[in-house]
Amino acid sequence: MDLFLENFANVDSLMRVYPLLLQGLRLTALLALATLPIALLTGLVIGVLYGLHRRWLNVFLIGWIDLFRSFPVLVLLILIFYGLPFLGLTLGSFAAVVMALTLNNSGYYGEIFRAGIEAVPHGQREAARTLGLRPLQTMFLVVLPQALRGVLAPLASNSLELVKSTSIAALVALPELLRSARVAQEQTYNPTPLTAVAIIFFLLLFPFTRIVAKLERDLLARSR
Amino acid sequence: MDSLLENYFNPAILAQYFPSVLAGFWVTLLVALSVIAIGIGLGLLLAILRCFCGRLVNALIVIFVDVFRTLPQLVVIVFVYFGLPYAGLTLSPFAATVASLGAVLSAFAAEIFWAAIQTTPRGQWDGAKALGLGFTGTMFLILLPQAIRLAVPLLANRAISITKGTALGTAVSLPEILGQAQSAMAIAANPSPLTLAAALYLALFLPLVAASRWLERRPKWVR
Repeated sequence: MDLFLENFANVDSLMRVYPLLLQGLRLTALLALATLPIALLTGLVIGVLYGLHRRWLNVFLIGWIDLFRSFPVLVLLILIFYGLPFLGLTLGSFAAVVMALTLNNSGYYGEIFRAGIEAVPHGQREAARTLGLRPLQTMFLVVLPQALRGVLAPLASNSLELVKSTSIAALVALPELLRSARVAQEQTYNPTPLTAVAIIFFLLLFPFTRIVAKLERDLLARSR
Repeated sequence: MDSLLENYFNPAILAQYFPSVLAGFWVTLLVALSVIAIGIGLGLLLAILRCFCGRLVNALIVIFVDVFRTLPQLVVIVFVYFGLPYAGLTLSPFAATVASLGAVLSAFAAEIFWAAIQTTPRGQWDGAKALGLGFTGTMFLILLPQAIRLAVPLLANRAISITKGTALGTAVSLPEILGQAQSAMAIAANPSPLTLAAALYLALFLPLVAASRWLERRPKWVR
């Protein structure tokens, strides 16, 4: 047991790598804050465009959504970070991660908004048109507010997954939490930094896990 | 345009590295199938146990579910592969990836199954009791069949998104598609193997994504 504690909860090791982990935490937060709004907005644009019901546009949008939902996000990241430079386009690791996460989540968010907008009864649009609203007014004043209420659970769930997936940045040498922990572990020959990072992630994200679970349970109960 | 073809669709390089990337495809497929089998099987088991057992077992299940739903998949994989050897447990890259992703999927599956069982109206219990069914009979003959049907769309989406995490195995040098393509790219100094990897991932996951779209739509016209 002593050996176990010394390995996984070593105070000396923790004191030494503490600044490194703090810096990692900052970068993880930055990544999440930079990506979330861009990805949400891209998804919203996809959903709204689909709602205009132009035939070829919709075929293209479904193709976009399914394409990016099919790629593992790490594969996108590697393509962008290691593949694009051959085309003369070199992105920094931060920009590459933001771009990969945004493309990937534009598919997920796009599908969520799309499905939510389609679920609003068609009569709403007809009524709005009868009242003399133009198509964009109909979308933003009538359809979208109703759609948003229905998609809260999947939006929250996907946002949580997005924040979690920022950890793939570790694989393109961006020193966010996980990468910092690996570096620290190699400096101290001790897995305590890994334990610390797992605990940090858990404490940060656990409340959101519970909120998302509650929202999803409510959704399931309603779908019955 | 020429440089695009030369770099991303170089026929000579594609042909040369196709066998090694294809070998990675089989590893990816094997990991994916193992993760789904372990994740869904264990998840169902945990959900059922949670209905049968006492407070202590339930608390342990809840902790397991919360931990693996909350931690990023890559953090779990890295911890299992690089951290556990200090506790005397050394796993191969394959075992580490399968165990980690399997645990994550089982946590999500347990929560989905359990939530689905919970939504069963009280009257179903009373009806089953009136028919002379015990707790076990009610669970397996009445509740689970309904719960599983309710859980399928949610579960399919989760299973796909977690199975895609197979690519994270490259972090612990699992020789799956992405890892194979990356080492081929390093040797050939040309990213064509990455194109190949992308195509193989699409071949694997695009049908699944399309199928999940169909699954989500289905309940409306079945009813």
